[in-house]
Amino acid sequence: MLKFPIYLDNNATTPMDPRVLEAMLPYFTNHFGNAASRNHPFGWAAEEAVDYAREQIAALINCNPKELIFTSGATESDNLAIKGVFEMYASKGNHIITATTEHKAVLDTCKHIEKLGGQVTYLQVNSEGLINLEELEAAITDKTILISIMYGNNEVGVIQPIKEIGRIAKKHGVLFFTDGTQAVGKIPVDVEADGIDLMAFSGHKMYGPKGVGALYVRRKNPRVKVTAQMDGGGHERGMRSGTLNVPGIVGLGKAAEICRTDMESDTARIKAMRDRLENELLQIEESYLNGSKEHRLPHVSNISFKYVEGEGLMMGVKDIAVSSGSACTSASLEPSYVLKALGLNDDLAHSSLRFGLSRFTTEEEVDFAISHVKEAVAKLRELSPLWEMFKEGIDLNTVEWTEH
Amino acid sequence: MAYSDKVIDHYSNPRNVGTLDKSKANVGTGLVGAPECGDVMRLQIEVDENQVITDAKFKTFGCGSAIASSSLATEWLKGKTVDEALAIDNMEIVEELALPPVKIHCSVLAEDAIKAAINDYRVKNGLEPLVEAKSHH
Repeated sequence: MLKFPIYLDNNATTPMDPRVLEAMLPYFTNHFGNAASRNHPFGWAAEEAVDYAREQIAALINCNPKELIFTSGATESDNLAIKGVFEMYASKGNHIITATTEHKAVLDTCKHIEKLGGQVTYLQVNSEGLINLEELEAAITDKTILISIMYGNNEVGVIQPIKEIGRIAKKHGVLFFTDGTQAVGKIPVDVEADGIDLMAFSGHKMYGPKGVGALYVRRKNPRVKVTAQMDGGGHERGMRSGTLNVPGIVGLGKAAEICRTDMESDTARIKAMRDRLENELLQIEESYLNGSKEHRLPHVSNISFKYVEGEGLMMGVKDIAVSSGSACTSASLEPSYVLKALGLNDDLAHSSLRFGLSRFTTEEEVDFAISHVKEAVAKLRELSPLWEMFKEGIDLNTVEWTEH
Repeated sequence: MAYSDKVIDHYSNPRNVGTLDKSKANVGTGLVGAPECGDVMRLQIEVDENQVITDAKFKTFGCGSAIASSSLATEWLKGKTVDEALAIDNMEIVEELALPPVKIHCSVLAEDAIKAAINDYRVKNGLEPLVEAKSHH
């Protein structure tokens, strides 16, 4: 039995795995202690649970448990990594390299750095959404302290050449930070093999709770430190003050453990469903896949349905929950900056839908989504003057549109 | 953002979708908006010898509010004289459809489409175009 609406917006957030909830519950009630309370069993139980979670997470990304700093989520981790490195390594330089398709938590933090007098290079991406490694290397100067390139993109799912970036960073003695929010738990991420020095990720994108995330900070080769961005009790090796969110951390730990043990089977199943959804939808006339087909997260598909506007389309597919690169609700009316960075025209960017599958997505749901989207696209094209003009053979680029 | 019941109704059952023969002298066509902006409306009117709009059709590329605004406009146009049609103000559409502030531009576009259709009709019949378009987001 299908339950509506069907959730296919798992890049925004994932549902929490019931096994995660079960692991968390005792830490709201019986084991409510403060992990920093060293003098009684309440604190010890909390600390023990946090330490266990560190191990669970460390096993997922192949780091030392001591290299994890718990935060409120990926946005905080992004801020802590970039601002923290900028402050800590101020004597070494003030230049950061990032890319135009990064998440706003990285881009806006970089804008902030520029206001503080820092220099930021924003690398362009190609039509597949990938950065150019030669451009990256050429952008490095003796003032460069950090390369900040995301692992997998939230809108199109494109996976950057992380290992190569790690190698370039190491060669030039520059730190490499990656926002791993969409990748960790979905694909194998190994901070050693990938040469990552700092990495942000979040609980709620990997079937864990909201309000908890982590920043991986390398302790050896090289030993990395970040300046704390909040003053207080000096928790997390002085890099992030604030009483630890014990239930959240327990949940993040459990989520990481499940992702590690189930990744192979989950990914194979999710990718097969994603590919089927994608192949079916790309059979629709004038539909286009956005981003690299090859270098891509296994659960994401971003497709433009030309001559149909994304927000109108989302209203037509009300039985499935997805998101669109259209920004009809925003004051600027600007469509997705990520899609535009890939070189899409505004009209194609306006016409995009993003599908994000999860371990809870079923074959029946995918079947339904396929027919639901096909019907909605057909219906809206009947309403679309652009579709009619296209069918009459009119080149829309030659039409004189009224400016807004 | 939640849509009003009236927007949902017009979106689900759009009135007067279609195409009139734009080569006819008594048919006026208005095409406003741009694909890059995420909305394009085409609104057409057919006018009889008494200056009464006997038929109206639309096609819209855009969000639910844009589709609803143009659908509503065609409903209102039918049976009105051209002069009465010129008096339709976008804020009446906003009110009828309970559009939120971020969607007011959809109603402006609908008003522009009406005026553009009327102008096209006027020009075809040897009259001066009357009004300036209001649209500028």
